[in-house]
Amino acid sequence: MSKNIVFIDGCRTPFLRSGGAYIDLMSYQLGQFAIKGLLLKTGIDPKEIDSVVMGTVISNVQTSNVAREAALTAGIPYSTPCQTVSQACISANRAISNGIMEIMSGQAEVVVAGGVENTSDSPIGYKKAMRKKLFKAQKLKGMGDSLKFLFSLRPGDFLPDRPRVAEYSTNRTMGQDCEILVSNLKVNREEQDAFAARSHQLAAKAMEKGHLQEEMCEVSLPPKFKSIKKDNGIRPDTNEEKLARLRPAFDKKYGSLTAGNSSFLTDGGAAVLIMTEEKAKSLGLKPKAKIVDFVFTGQSLEDELLLGPTYATSRILKKTGMSLSDFDVIEFHEAFAGQIMANLNALASDEFARKKLGREIAVGKMPMEKFNLWGGSLSIGHPFGATGARLVTTTANRLIKEKGRYGLLAACAAGAHGHAMILENIS
Amino acid sequence: MTKQDYYTITKKDGVATIWLDQKGEKVNKVGPEVVGLFEDLADSLENDPEVKAAVLISKKKDFIAGADIDSFLEVKKPGDWKPITQKGHQILDRMANSKIPVVAAIHGAALGAGLEIALACAGRVASSDPSTKMAFPEVQLGILPGGAGTQRAPRLVGLQKALDMMLTGRNIFSVPAKKMGLVDELVHPSKLHQAASKLALRIAEGKFKRKRKQKLLDKFLDGTALGRSIVIRTARKKTQAMTKGNYPAVPRIIDCVETGLKKGMKVGLEAEATKFEELLLTKASRALISLFFGMTDKKKNPYSDKAKKIDYLAMVGAGFMGAGITEVSITKDIDVLLKDIKDETITSAKKLIWKSLKKKVRRKALRKTQAEEIMGNVKGQLDYSDFDNVDIIIEAVFEAVGLKQKVLAECEAVTHDKCIFASNTSALPIGKIAAKAKRPELVIGMHYFSPVPKMPLLEIVKTPKTADWVVASCFELGIRQGKTCIVVNDAPGFYTTRILAAFMNEALLMLEEGADALQLDSAMKKWGFPVGPITLMDEVGIDVGAHIAKGDITEAFMQREGAKSTDVMVKLFEAGFHGRKNKKGFFQYDSKTGKKKRGQINNEVYQFFGGSSRKKLEDEYIQNRLGFTMINEAVRCLEDGVLESAQDGDIGAVFGLGFPPFTGGPFLHLDTIGADKAVAILNSLKEKYGARFNPCNLLQEKAKSGEKFRNF
Repeated sequence: MSKNIVFIDGCRTPFLRSGGAYIDLMSYQLGQFAIKGLLLKTGIDPKEIDSVVMGTVISNVQTSNVAREAALTAGIPYSTPCQTVSQACISANRAISNGIMEIMSGQAEVVVAGGVENTSDSPIGYKKAMRKKLFKAQKLKGMGDSLKFLFSLRPGDFLPDRPRVAEYSTNRTMGQDCEILVSNLKVNREEQDAFAARSHQLAAKAMEKGHLQEEMCEVSLPPKFKSIKKDNGIRPDTNEEKLARLRPAFDKKYGSLTAGNSSFLTDGGAAVLIMTEEKAKSLGLKPKAKIVDFVFTGQSLEDELLLGPTYATSRILKKTGMSLSDFDVIEFHEAFAGQIMANLNALASDEFARKKLGREIAVGKMPMEKFNLWGGSLSIGHPFGATGARLVTTTANRLIKEKGRYGLLAACAAGAHGHAMILENIS
Repeated sequence: MTKQDYYTITKKDGVATIWLDQKGEKVNKVGPEVVGLFEDLADSLENDPEVKAAVLISKKKDFIAGADIDSFLEVKKPGDWKPITQKGHQILDRMANSKIPVVAAIHGAALGAGLEIALACAGRVASSDPSTKMAFPEVQLGILPGGAGTQRAPRLVGLQKALDMMLTGRNIFSVPAKKMGLVDELVHPSKLHQAASKLALRIAEGKFKRKRKQKLLDKFLDGTALGRSIVIRTARKKTQAMTKGNYPAVPRIIDCVETGLKKGMKVGLEAEATKFEELLLTKASRALISLFFGMTDKKKNPYSDKAKKIDYLAMVGAGFMGAGITEVSITKDIDVLLKDIKDETITSAKKLIWKSLKKKVRRKALRKTQAEEIMGNVKGQLDYSDFDNVDIIIEAVFEAVGLKQKVLAECEAVTHDKCIFASNTSALPIGKIAAKAKRPELVIGMHYFSPVPKMPLLEIVKTPKTADWVVASCFELGIRQGKTCIVVNDAPGFYTTRILAAFMNEALLMLEEGADALQLDSAMKKWGFPVGPITLMDEVGIDVGAHIAKGDITEAFMQREGAKSTDVMVKLFEAGFHGRKNKKGFFQYDSKTGKKKRGQINNEVYQFFGGSSRKKLEDEYIQNRLGFTMINEAVRCLEDGVLESAQDGDIGAVFGLGFPPFTGGPFLHLDTIGADKAVAILNSLKEKYGARFNPCNLLQEKAKSGEKFRNF
């Protein structure tokens, strides 16, 4: 990249299962806590921040530029412009990448980027037919019109229209898409359950050692101010036997994806602080990592919806001339255990490499001893808009803890997108 | 001063706008020389064929901040001020009866005379801005609203509301002002001029009628002769009980209002003019004005050029004090790491702060999102993480030197080398806390008073090693937190705790001699303290008292000739008496509600003071013995160099300890009564009780030379 851009630190709220303690909040407040936590942690003067970019998926109409509300309430001055971006599960990665590009293009020197998701406060609306009636109702005149409107209403009109986590173009849920993927890439149920159990066990260990704590700020909410300090999705006692008992969730007949080996709906916010290396020096801040490069990819929506990590990894390795063995830390977003195993199979497959990636041989077999060692989205949780910032922070922190040099992170997203980023430990 | 130095007039569409903009001042003020500038205003408006209506508006950020208080100090004898009041009345009357209606457009503060001018207008429009506030602060200066306020306010908002405003001096913000009828309309500041012009024209065209919505009871109390007499009688009784007759302004305000309502405005105005001047010549008013100037003075940092800005604070100890210091910081946009050893303590601190913020939201002084943002400025934690980022640490842990030294050492290990360490101790010498510090130049005392959000004083304690920039920065922080700061030198008990300890010790000795606890309280309340010494001991806590009794102050006292102290507090504490904290103290507490039973002494306590038979004493004797013990100690603090000025001593005693405000503080009080009189009182006490009542050298010197302590 044309400028040396560094990652100073990241901060996130504890990730909570949907419907938990964050249920009374709006999503911007989760962003507020994450950004405020980041400011307090790094000690940076909020006036130094030139731009705020936040990702989100389920946006709230009242706070459609959620980055702005989050930044203002976190004490970032109004003179700092803020933008909200959306790219499904890699929204925060997109936010961070946009921040990098703002810095590279000279628009900003210091950027706060990240994302928020409050699935407990998804805007539940009316179905199209009712929305049309209500829209017309704004122009009602007189008693006659009002009565006409009242009589036009049907009981069915009042049924809420919940936002569905489904591809708009194919109308398949992500679980259904992942079922296609595991069939095509030959991943069986046992492998999925084993990986899910691994994720929970590793996360539990990381929590015990305080690694996850370090990424977090405490949240306490009025009026009781009970302190929330931990992710609540991690189940340390999860094992393959227990997971094997669960029924398939998306394809009841032939499926292998269950609630236990899929990520759950999660609420949370996360943010990172990035800037040029010179700026960090002049502010006296100690960067944790340098951002080496990043890529975004797009795949077929028919049968490759969640293969983003494979495509993005392949592309970023080509772009930087690096290979899997160069990395000491690898962090992939775990949407489903099946999705991870399918991607690992694709990366290890010579055939896939030739047919789809334009490579002679496979990218390589994943070194599991470097892979998602502090758990992942399956166990920690996956607030759509925020996960990307967690991945970046975890990668950097792991590099330091494990004394590694290069770290790779990758993620898939609805809409069949992929993202990968490389960090270098400069601490 | 010419008219152009105070206001200019523009005309548009039949409306003349009078733009107030006092030359060379930050705010518009009303002084004797200003009054005349408005003399022919009504005439000139009426004689201008272009003008149908007028608007009075300020170009500054406030409407009119009030009277020019400096000019009050010039008044020495009867007749010096009354003509000014009368001329003011005349001009306001002329404006009120002008054929051209004038509408006041109020943005920012409209206080005292400023509000009275607005009341003399035909109508009032206020901006909805949070900075807009109206009040009659005169009572706080020992005077009364002398611009016809005692007459026009009850006629506009009713007797009850008007008395409340004039007797408390409290601020009325825009929304309640509209509700009570003090203003006719509320608009966004950007539309203020437009709305006022329109209202003025409507009044000119006779299209405006003021409607008042009142509850039936209020209609009776405000609107009938019987109701009014009940209100007046109740007001007199209640205020007499509170002021004990020490604040002459209070009954006189009620007098003026009553006269006006019974005998008409003209007689009421005459009463107002007479009594205003009378009050201006009282000692109480002069003392209160001195406090006003002192407070204004202490809001300016004398060391500001050396101050470093503090935006990030760590609070160690989340108890009641810690919570209070956190609250006054986060509301001023200072980030706070709130550390404690228990999660529950942090949680209750946050609840306490939230309760106070919610009150502001309810009063519409804050938006909900602002309250949430403020709450976001505090982060609770059990460890020292992120302490490397903070500019200052304030500790409010248990009062023990060893513990405080340990906290200091732990902090020094994690902070950067320019991080200030402030102790909120009330009695421990800062030098002792700093004894093992690696960087003693960064150690200072910041003595806040409980409850922190309400108590205005901050006593900053420096040691010989404390760096100047550290003092300067803490002063700046104190001002930002809304405190009035005094800087004193380190010594056992500093200033406030030391003079209080001497006072309390004497009160306990009197109890041992057989005095009645309730009488001690009531005598000192009559003398002007807001609470008596015995109540105070229960409130502060017998544990704290015991701690002080064992501590450095007592040790220092005991080295003096004829010193006498008592360890009864220690005995009480060891017997399980802690005061209000554990509902076991000098007073009885309701076993269910835990509330103090008023006027009911816990007779068990008397066992520690030689039994329950008590003897009646002269109030004056109690007041002299306790009051002059405190005053003598205060002078000794000035003599020792603990205090750097007598003014600091007055501010500290009044705002920190509730020393009778109408005296202006111990030093101004000495100036008023004469140091020789104080020496005489102390000498007579000395004869009876020994050398501890020795008038200190400085006091004797002043008594001899007749010099004053204060140059006021």
